[in-house]
Amino acid sequence: MNKKNKILSIVLILTISTLIGISTSFDILHSRNRIILATTTSTYDSGLLDYLIPSFEERSGILVDILSVGTGYALESGRRGDADVLLVHSRIREDEFISNGYGIHRACIMYNDFIIIGPSNDPANIQGENISVVMTNLKNAGESGLIKFYSRGDGSGTNSKELSLWDLINNTPNSGIDSWYFETGAGMGNTLIVADENNGYTLIDRGTWLSTKDSVNLILLVEGEDFLLNPYGAILVNPEINLSVRYDLALEFVAFLTSKEGQELISSYKLNNETLFFPSFGHGNETYGCSTTDTEIEFWREYNGNYTG
Amino acid sequence: MVNEFIDGIIEAFVLLFSFDLEVWGIILLSLRVSGTAIFVATLVSLPIGSFIALREFRGKKALTNLINTFMGFPPVVAGLLIFLLLSKSGPLGSLGLLYSPTAMIVAQLFLAIPIIIGTSKAAIESINPDLKETILNLGANERQLWWELIKESKKSIIAGILVAFGQAISEVGAVMIVGGNIRWNTRTFTTSIVLQTRMGEFGMAMALGLILIIISFSLNYILTHLQMRDI
Repeated sequence: MNKKNKILSIVLILTISTLIGISTSFDILHSRNRIILATTTSTYDSGLLDYLIPSFEERSGILVDILSVGTGYALESGRRGDADVLLVHSRIREDEFISNGYGIHRACIMYNDFIIIGPSNDPANIQGENISVVMTNLKNAGESGLIKFYSRGDGSGTNSKELSLWDLINNTPNSGIDSWYFETGAGMGNTLIVADENNGYTLIDRGTWLSTKDSVNLILLVEGEDFLLNPYGAILVNPEINLSVRYDLALEFVAFLTSKEGQELISSYKLNNETLFFPSFGHGNETYGCSTTDTEIEFWREYNGNYTG
Repeated sequence: MVNEFIDGIIEAFVLLFSFDLEVWGIILLSLRVSGTAIFVATLVSLPIGSFIALREFRGKKALTNLINTFMGFPPVVAGLLIFLLLSKSGPLGSLGLLYSPTAMIVAQLFLAIPIIIGTSKAAIESINPDLKETILNLGANERQLWWELIKESKKSIIAGILVAFGQAISEVGAVMIVGGNIRWNTRTFTTSIVLQTRMGEFGMAMALGLILIIISFSLNYILTHLQMRDI
């Protein structure tokens, strides 16, 4: 290697190093004007957030990075201060998160419902039955070796809901003992694929179902029960827990979701002409399992102004 | 089944040549992250690898064992460690680097450094000792000796770097944990394939997989070509 080549390689190495330095500082700067929304796979994989967020980003100039995980992981990332705002669906755990001081100003944003799907010949005979009959039949059919049931098993909101349904018959299956009950430990989409490949039953949120049902053979068997309602709540991560949480920016985002414009956008999102999520911020949504306290409704109304009309 | 393969192949070419903004963003990000990680890892590892190969010191055997162990370090564990380090509740949380491309680079660095140290060390050690004598007899100083030995084992060193790059760009667990698979920001080939699969978009997932293979192939082709050339 002659001298010219040597200088050339040194210059090359220095240039590349500088470029790397610059791009790294961009990453640090980039984080200044962005918030991290930790949410469930159901709101993201259904396409709703990709539909909602561009109009918020345009209006506010705030960038929203979406972390699409389960409710359990989302709550944990809020607790650690890695997320600024949460959009999750497990009321009991949301309330617990708030009473532990990790989150503030919970608002119920929207709801849809869970459904139970399974093979079209329905060997467990659950179609159209009421929910406690459904759960009993599933259990009996499982124990007779007629069916398989697939649980998320990942601490997500859907997983919590499924466990609460087994609680209705006081009999929660155990995947270590019951050979017909499986935990996939994965997101809704993955679990649906596994259940479909094995012709099993599973609990699924309607949003994910409507956006993926064309690629599976399973069919909808049980729907329309109060027990199956699926309300989504937005929670701000408490800035007192972690000072680096971008509270002011996160507040703008929830103000948008609770505003007239945000709520109308949610109801206008359709896949194959079907509405996936129903907006439900405000009074009178208790029947949908979607309640926001009066204090919080008043709180958010004050900030809604920027995004209404 | 066969249809999904054919759909995937067709979709791959449509996406590549229609210059789909998102797909090209994913391609560029993956190359940026893995390229940076391998570049930095090479700068750090080559001197360390040759030092271990050419010097005798206490604890050399233990260090070699340690490096060999880290060459097979489980990527998800690396991801978890970097996550805990960069999380807001972790020691480096104030940098705000979790869920950024830089976090993914750090994770891949962690995996690539031992591989490049290990392979370059082995490459230099495998040089015939007579050559070392000859170079010294020609009046080379130590720095010149090292340089000559690195040049001599160039082919094996490049092979090691290729292995590290292949490992980095095809890795999914660590980048998923520290990058978060955020659209337009930290979505790479592999995390995107995971997402498309769980959304039931098998055609798109196949297409991305195919593009990844095409890119790996082209890069390897170029580097192998360089490797074969005698400079």
